[in-house]
Amino acid sequence: MNAPVDSLPPGLTPEQLRALQRSPRQCARHGFVQALPFILVLLPFGMLFGVVASDAGLNLPQILGFTLLVLAGASQFTAVQLMTDHAPALVVIVSAVAVNLRMAMYSASLVPWLGAAPARDRAWLAYVLVDQNYALAIQHFEKHPRLRVEQRVAYFFGTIFATCLPWLIATLLGVWIGNAIPESWALDFAMPITFIALIAPMLRSIPHMAAALVAVVAALAFAFLPSGLGLFVAAPLAMLTGAAVETLMERRKEARA
Amino acid sequence: MTGYGDGTIWAIILAVALGTYGLRWSFLGAFGNRPMPLWAQRLLRYTAVGVLPAIVAPLVVWPAATHGQPDPARMTAAAVTVAVGVLTRNVLAAIVSGMAALYAMLYLTA
Repeated sequence: MNAPVDSLPPGLTPEQLRALQRSPRQCARHGFVQALPFILVLLPFGMLFGVVASDAGLNLPQILGFTLLVLAGASQFTAVQLMTDHAPALVVIVSAVAVNLRMAMYSASLVPWLGAAPARDRAWLAYVLVDQNYALAIQHFEKHPRLRVEQRVAYFFGTIFATCLPWLIATLLGVWIGNAIPESWALDFAMPITFIALIAPMLRSIPHMAAALVAVVAALAFAFLPSGLGLFVAAPLAMLTGAAVETLMERRKEARA
Repeated sequence: MTGYGDGTIWAIILAVALGTYGLRWSFLGAFGNRPMPLWAQRLLRYTAVGVLPAIVAPLVVWPAATHGQPDPARMTAAAVTVAVGVLTRNVLAAIVSGMAALYAMLYLTA
């Protein structure tokens, strides 16, 4: 070992030491390898987007426009679904952006780790900030708090080759395959099922479940409102419910402690 | 895509793209180390779980493919997707089981 071990702080595990000694290039490769399992999820999911978007009548440049410029699965599905329902453009835009509000939270929580990176790097990081990269990167940064900022940036950029890039390729494959799928396959319901599949794993706490329940009940109750406006009543009600239940539970816990 | 001009579709794509990028860039790019207020964090935590079910509920209860008539096959498929999703926490497994349930029910009720 000719690495400058003596310059490193004591009390680190061998794994943490190894992480600290990686060059940015090795960090990127490490990020890529750790993100590889996501390909299994993102490939079929991206293909589904290609299929339903071309089924909805979008042409190839428009579908690629969504995937390249928006680069956010749930939001892309939301936009296409609402367009299939003939919602007004403004409703489509507000809903599809609202689905991504969580990204502001990701952005805020990455500041302590990546805030010191050059502005240009941060601008690119923002472009490729998706659920999978975020989850992986935060885990890695917390596990190896002594990484230098360029190592963190390299790790993050490494992950996109197993997340954002497969997503793009999968969309293309989906468009290509979608044209060959007959109508009897009932793909009208692929999108609702995808949404449900995205929501179900999020129901991990009582506030989350309460929010989802209010969203469902209110969306059905306000379905008489024209052109998707019921969503703008139901979603805020659901968010308020989640926040209120969380506050209540916290207070009760404090009272008991 | 009936009902939208090419220009409108591109306007939608660009607006969603800019809005999304703005959210991703917000703190990392501009607000820096200013902490997000607690109440805002609290509300943001429930956006996905508030928006997505509200979009999906009417689609399940009144499917377009059956001209808005409630359909046992699609209801069953939705229920199976929720169950598998909650139990396995695996998005792909939930999608596959939901579609399998849909095809099985469509076959049985045909």
